[in-house]
Amino acid sequence: MKLRYFAWLRTRIGRGEETLDPPAEIATVAALVAWLKTLGPGYAAALADTRLVRVAVNQDYVGPDHPVRPGDEIALFPPVTGG
Amino acid sequence: MIRVEEARFDVGAELGAFGAGDARMGAVASFVGYVRGAVAGTPPLVALTLEHYPGMTERQLAAIEAEARARWPLIDTLVIHRYGRMLPGEPIVLVAVSSAHRQAAFEACQFLMDWLKTKAPFWKLEETASGAQWVEAKASDDTAADRWQKSAS
Repeated sequence: MKLRYFAWLRTRIGRGEETLDPPAEIATVAALVAWLKTLGPGYAAALADTRLVRVAVNQDYVGPDHPVRPGDEIALFPPVTGG
Repeated sequence: MIRVEEARFDVGAELGAFGAGDARMGAVASFVGYVRGAVAGTPPLVALTLEHYPGMTERQLAAIEAEARARWPLIDTLVIHRYGRMLPGEPIVLVAVSSAHRQAAFEACQFLMDWLKTKAPFWKLEETASGAQWVEAKASDDTAADRWQKSAS
């Protein structure tokens, strides 16, 4: 699946996007975020407080129980501050 | 119409052209957001950089626009939101709505801005002499957006 990161999640993780193949048992947004935290200190720092992490699957906002599948575009970012 | 673009826009030209010549139109309400250069008690802002999520931004703005059109009898809507680096005093965002009467125009304009602030994927990075810092989201923005929630029926 394609992962995209924005704002301070991007700078802490150290890249804006990447393609990852999580283990097959990673089936929800919450499980994916928990797995991402194990990938390195940058991921752990960026995702330490999940209350500050918003998730979009295929460009729509979703909650922690939303399913994730191979081929999805999954974006993680902080609360938005436009306007 | 939704426009997400980097270039500076001309507020007067955009509002002048908006809805021109449509005989049904009786009212236009608009909002323009600018880069604020000075806040008391903080170092002066050098520049503001807006990051966004191309694709999702347009998708979310289109959904917000459709919601406004479903709630109020609007003739036309215009949302311009910039991204990239901009200087104090430059416009960031313009929202304009036209309707037959002022009430719908005022309300829809405020609704569009309130929802845009909490749903459109943009992030502000402030540059001052001491470095760059991401702007934190305000709880008051969520409160402003929440008041437009329709009570569950």
